[in-house]
Amino acid sequence: MSMVPTLLSVEGLTKSYGGVHAVRGVSFELRAGEILALIGPNGAGKSTCFDMLNGQNIPDSGRIRVLGAETTGKKPRVIWRMGVGRTFQIAATFPTMTVRENVQVALVSHGAQLFNLWASTARQARDEAGRLLDLVGMGAYAERPCGELAYGDVKRLELAIALANQPKLLLMDEPTAGMAPRERVELMRLTARIAREQSIGVLFTEHDMDVVFEHADRILVLNRGTLIAEGSPEEVRGNAQVRAIYLGEGLLYDARHREGASA
Amino acid sequence: MAFYVVQFLTGLASAASLFLVASGLSIIFGVTRIVNFAHGAFYMLGAYVAFTLTDRFSGAFGFWGGIVIAALVVAAIGVLVEMVLLRRIYHSPELFQLLATFGLTLMVEDLVVLIWGPDDLVGRRAPGFKGAIDFFGQNIPSYDLFLIALGPVVLGVLWLLFQRTRWGVLVRAATQDRDMVAALGVNQKWLFTSVFALGVFLAALGGALQIPRDAVNHAMDLRVIVEVFVVVVIGGLGSIIGAFVAAVLVSELNAFGILIFPKISIILVFLVMAVVLIVRPWGLFGKPEAPARRTPGLTVNPWRPLTTNERLAAIAVLVVAAALPFVAGNYVLTVGSEIAIFVIFAVSLHFLMSVGGLASFGHAAYFGLGAYGVALLAKMAGLPMIACLLLGPLLGLLGAAVFGFFAVQLSGVYFAMLTLAFAQIVWSIAFQWVSVTGGDNGILGVWPEKWAASPSHFYWLSLGIAALAVVVLRIIVFSPFGFALRATRDSPLRSEAIGINGKRIQWTAFVIAGTVAGLAGALFAYLKGSVFPDNMGISLSVDALVMVLLGGVETVSGAVVGAIVYKALNIWLVSQTDLSKLVLGGFVVLIVVAFPKGIVGTLEAFMHRRRKSSSSASSPLLTSRIESAE
Repeated sequence: MSMVPTLLSVEGLTKSYGGVHAVRGVSFELRAGEILALIGPNGAGKSTCFDMLNGQNIPDSGRIRVLGAETTGKKPRVIWRMGVGRTFQIAATFPTMTVRENVQVALVSHGAQLFNLWASTARQARDEAGRLLDLVGMGAYAERPCGELAYGDVKRLELAIALANQPKLLLMDEPTAGMAPRERVELMRLTARIAREQSIGVLFTEHDMDVVFEHADRILVLNRGTLIAEGSPEEVRGNAQVRAIYLGEGLLYDARHREGASA
Repeated sequence: MAFYVVQFLTGLASAASLFLVASGLSIIFGVTRIVNFAHGAFYMLGAYVAFTLTDRFSGAFGFWGGIVIAALVVAAIGVLVEMVLLRRIYHSPELFQLLATFGLTLMVEDLVVLIWGPDDLVGRRAPGFKGAIDFFGQNIPSYDLFLIALGPVVLGVLWLLFQRTRWGVLVRAATQDRDMVAALGVNQKWLFTSVFALGVFLAALGGALQIPRDAVNHAMDLRVIVEVFVVVVIGGLGSIIGAFVAAVLVSELNAFGILIFPKISIILVFLVMAVVLIVRPWGLFGKPEAPARRTPGLTVNPWRPLTTNERLAAIAVLVVAAALPFVAGNYVLTVGSEIAIFVIFAVSLHFLMSVGGLASFGHAAYFGLGAYGVALLAKMAGLPMIACLLLGPLLGLLGAAVFGFFAVQLSGVYFAMLTLAFAQIVWSIAFQWVSVTGGDNGILGVWPEKWAASPSHFYWLSLGIAALAVVVLRIIVFSPFGFALRATRDSPLRSEAIGINGKRIQWTAFVIAGTVAGLAGALFAYLKGSVFPDNMGISLSVDALVMVLLGGVETVSGAVVGAIVYKALNIWLVSQTDLSKLVLGGFVVLIVVAFPKGIVGTLEAFMHRRRKSSSSASSPLLTSRIESAE
């Protein structure tokens, strides 16, 4: 395990609003090919943490490094160019373009062609876009307007867009929010497969504990802005403090015993 | 020293009216999310109605009663407008709301001329405030002192209204979350109507109170609305305190700006606004808006380049147009040249507002800058025509680069207000800087050289440049840059997350659009042989908006069709009626309410439906177009 390079290293991340410490001294690491879940009850600081990682929020103190390069306080577009792809809690795509064009824009941006005023975009990275769409199972929908896709398909398209810059690290904010149970399982299996094949590190936040315990290699538990537990799903499930926080929410049953997670 | 104190007090007095109008605009925006472009029109109506009433009824009671009744009458008109027009467009895209209230402004401008005549009207002095007070040898009109006291009083009354009454609580609640207030069982319709009435009342009161200070005229609406936009941009839209502080600031800058730059006093205000926008883009007292949701469009039809057949058809149309000089006379050719020029102007705005999602309400500024660029080069530097046509638009480019930099920091209604304010600034420079621009008299004798002088030659020149501009802009629309621009429009969040620097993309688009508009202006200067400040006036900006809208704001080719139809109609209309603004304004309102997709958009929807019904059985992937329900 020690031979696998550290993709993301977070040290002492801290952010407060007025007197409220939203995030206090959070440190962790993420290795290539690893799928890491960030969980915690509402208000634990997951979103604040996440926004600082992807550049939408600037930490008061602490350091974030991706493959050794400092990303702390950098803008989202700069962080993207450093090899970080991301998806949003509410999928963000370009509704007035076709599915293929959505991916083409990302590819054109990756190829630093944004200020090309003359070429025809339709011919730019057409096949590459098709490959990415096939990868997420959207190849058959390539020429459809994005604005009329079902939400589960929009999520898969968003994943294809996020993969366009051949990211080393994928940040997914509640990837399965708003989806039907079966779609959730499919999307996460797809993500996990791609991550393993291309050895991409994935960090995701999630409310659905089935998803977390089935797919995460490791879990970070955040409560009131601090990390209270970290470890494999089994370790976290057995942690008394975590149980105390989640007590009564019925979320920590063994995921494998549940419907929809079998097979 | 006394002189400066008096100047300061004059500024404070001017601030009172400005504050009334700006606070009304802010209150309406807070609850209905509509930026009421017609606010200046209500201000003007207030002044006109008050003029009539105070003229009719004598004595102190007649005067003060007249002022208050005038504001109430105009507020009643406002209620009518809200119920008949605005209720239909609360759920329309922002652009349509802006345009509808703008159309209203145009109509009111012609109506007041129709009712009160075109001449300035000088109102009565206020009873009890007729004299002046001596201040170390300087005179201060006592009415000014009254106005200085009135501003804070109104601010206090509004504060009490919003903090201490049930209605005020509802309004504040609706400002934060309309849907929640509706869910709590509040009758939203009447809440909106009453808020609109209050806002209009304040605007009309502001206008009515001006009559002892200034003559009433039919251009005061635009003058005040531009100042009000500057005030709310500086103070923060939705903040009443912000409106107060910024109104004082702007009025003082005007009062002292005259001392520093007597010719172009507005420069000072502009500089302050620029600084505020850089430091606090949401204004001194405003709150940063949540990341803007994409304005829900009317359709989700992805754009596509022309097919080979469509390209051939377009070339055929161009060939037919080019054959016009063989059959038509000089007048028709001159009209044809003008239409071609306006096609260039319309596609440049289309590029900005349809492709970029940035609806500029001051696009004429760059058209006018191009025209002045040509006129100055031709008259002062004596350059040949080709050189002028190439270099003149660079002035449009320069203006777009400077103003565009600030404008793209904002979006939506702020962008619209700011572009309008910029255009007015450019207009007043052209108007006031007489030694260079000739002021109101313009620059005359800008005639084309011999090779382009005949109507047919000039027509071919205009047509050729128009075709070139259309083709080049279309290529850009489908280029990676065009896609990046659309991506920024569709989802700022996603485009930032795939490495797109949205502001820089939009700024570049602004510069491109401004340069092409400048090219149209350059040709226009040669067509007319002269340039005037009106070449950058608001009505020209509105013309461009209407052309794009008429053609179809969500289509690629709409601007071309819209420009041809609209310009032809317009030229015909001006020859038929004196009330062109009334008709034009009514036309704008009608399109927004009844025909929002425009000519090309409606045709496309029709074709799409036909194609779908003929092929839906064979191709399951070609699904129906979804029309946005929002």
